[in-house]
Amino acid sequence: MTDANIEFHAVATTAEVTEDEPKAVSIGRMDIGIYKLDGEFYAIDDICTHAYACMTDGYIDDGQIECPLHGACFDIKTGKALTAPATIDLRPYEIKVEGDQIMVGVPKAED
Amino acid sequence: MSDDRTFVIIGASQAGGWVAQTLRNEGFEGKVILIGEEPYLPYERPPLSKAALLGEVTVDSTYFWQADALKEADIEVRLNTRVTAIDRDAKEIETDGGERITYDKLAITTGARVRKLPIEGADLPGVFYLRTMEDTLAIREAVKDGTTAMIVGGGWIGLECAATLTKLGCKSIVVEAADRLCGRAVTPEISDWMLNFHTGHDVDVRLSTGIEKFEGDGKLERAVLPGGDSIDCSIAVVGIGVIPNVELAQDAGLDIDNGIVVDERACTSDPVIVAAGDVTNHPNDLLGRRIRLESYENAQNQGITAGKAMLGTAEPYSEIPWFWSDQFDANLQMIGLPQDWDETATRGDVAANEFVTFYLKDGVIDGAISVNNPRDLRVGKRLMQGKKPVSAAELEDPETKMQALLKR
Repeated sequence: MTDANIEFHAVATTAEVTEDEPKAVSIGRMDIGIYKLDGEFYAIDDICTHAYACMTDGYIDDGQIECPLHGACFDIKTGKALTAPATIDLRPYEIKVEGDQIMVGVPKAED
Repeated sequence: MSDDRTFVIIGASQAGGWVAQTLRNEGFEGKVILIGEEPYLPYERPPLSKAALLGEVTVDSTYFWQADALKEADIEVRLNTRVTAIDRDAKEIETDGGERITYDKLAITTGARVRKLPIEGADLPGVFYLRTMEDTLAIREAVKDGTTAMIVGGGWIGLECAATLTKLGCKSIVVEAADRLCGRAVTPEISDWMLNFHTGHDVDVRLSTGIEKFEGDGKLERAVLPGGDSIDCSIAVVGIGVIPNVELAQDAGLDIDNGIVVDERACTSDPVIVAAGDVTNHPNDLLGRRIRLESYENAQNQGITAGKAMLGTAEPYSEIPWFWSDQFDANLQMIGLPQDWDETATRGDVAANEFVTFYLKDGVIDGAISVNNPRDLRVGKRLMQGKKPVSAAELEDPETKMQALLKR
């Protein structure tokens, strides 16, 4: 069942995202980080909820991404803020893989 | 299940804010009173020399909590209030308004204050320091496009300030007494990089010199250099270090030694008093010595430890010191406090302002500094934490995957 208000965009190929190297992509004005964890792909907001930093420049350890600027950790699968200084979660996005294309679902732009 | 205890926190900044937040996060249901002498709710200081000085962010946006969140957490905040004494026998504090407040547990997070420049004319309007939101707002108010800004001190604050004021259209001149920039924190090679970087962004850096005196008719008009030369300037910002605010603790008879002496759980020599942040001298197991840190991360994490210690649930706090600075388009980060090392390894491209330099001692990383390369630095921190053996050659090799070094 797919939400009619969600639109999928091809953002990367499966080869471009590894367990150690996530990829930053943009859809419109949204910055989103694509991660690979235990063979599955995940998409969460790429800008830290605490201060302006690209999470995909951060460090991945044990299913968490650590902000490169102030060290806040988030759960890659859910976007949940796990440690200080972040208190607000990163937004997760739906993801699907078609062939070697990674597709991210975001709300349809309002016309 | 009610708790009739009162926990009081003296100092409403980064460390104090985290103590209060931790008490509530950990389920403390008693009274929490957070006392600060500044007129603002607890705020983060890093933006003061950067986004807040540029005017890119509002005062509110630097707050840890907005007022409604504080209210919801039931934290009683007393602003514009200075604590004048701690009576440990009566377990009371006294404020400048004459109020006495009884505490069951007390946290001291009084931070540090700026070191004043002891020269003639340093009290002229137009001569600023940069430590508080008030300082930042005052500098911003005084800055006009084309203003010449004299920055006294080529350390972190001075360099960040020079970068921000240059972005605001000022002509920034930095005078530094030592023969290189940030001399107490970085190696001569990094000092050279900083000098080139700032000079390349039109900052006028003058090493091995100071200001003889400031002059002006009712306000700053010029800085006189040793030897008699003078430079017209309408603002000056002094960044020559800070002094820990230990007096309150000292008067109360707590142990003091370059800061309030605490143990690895942020406990002072009084069992019901903890302390955290810039004001503490604390043990660091990873470095094998006592340190006093002026850093964001320490204020946060030692604050969290202190909050837990008030509840009797703290784990020992010991982390590799970590700092960062943003200057123009460069993000600098440092780990460790290396004092001596066998060799260094530089990974990346120094000329392109994207690199990390590791300091190696006995075959392990003892510290590092990065420019626009936070990810390699973070891996370096893990390598350092795990005391993983590494060689300079493999760190410098661009073919080496840093994360792979961790996994072997």
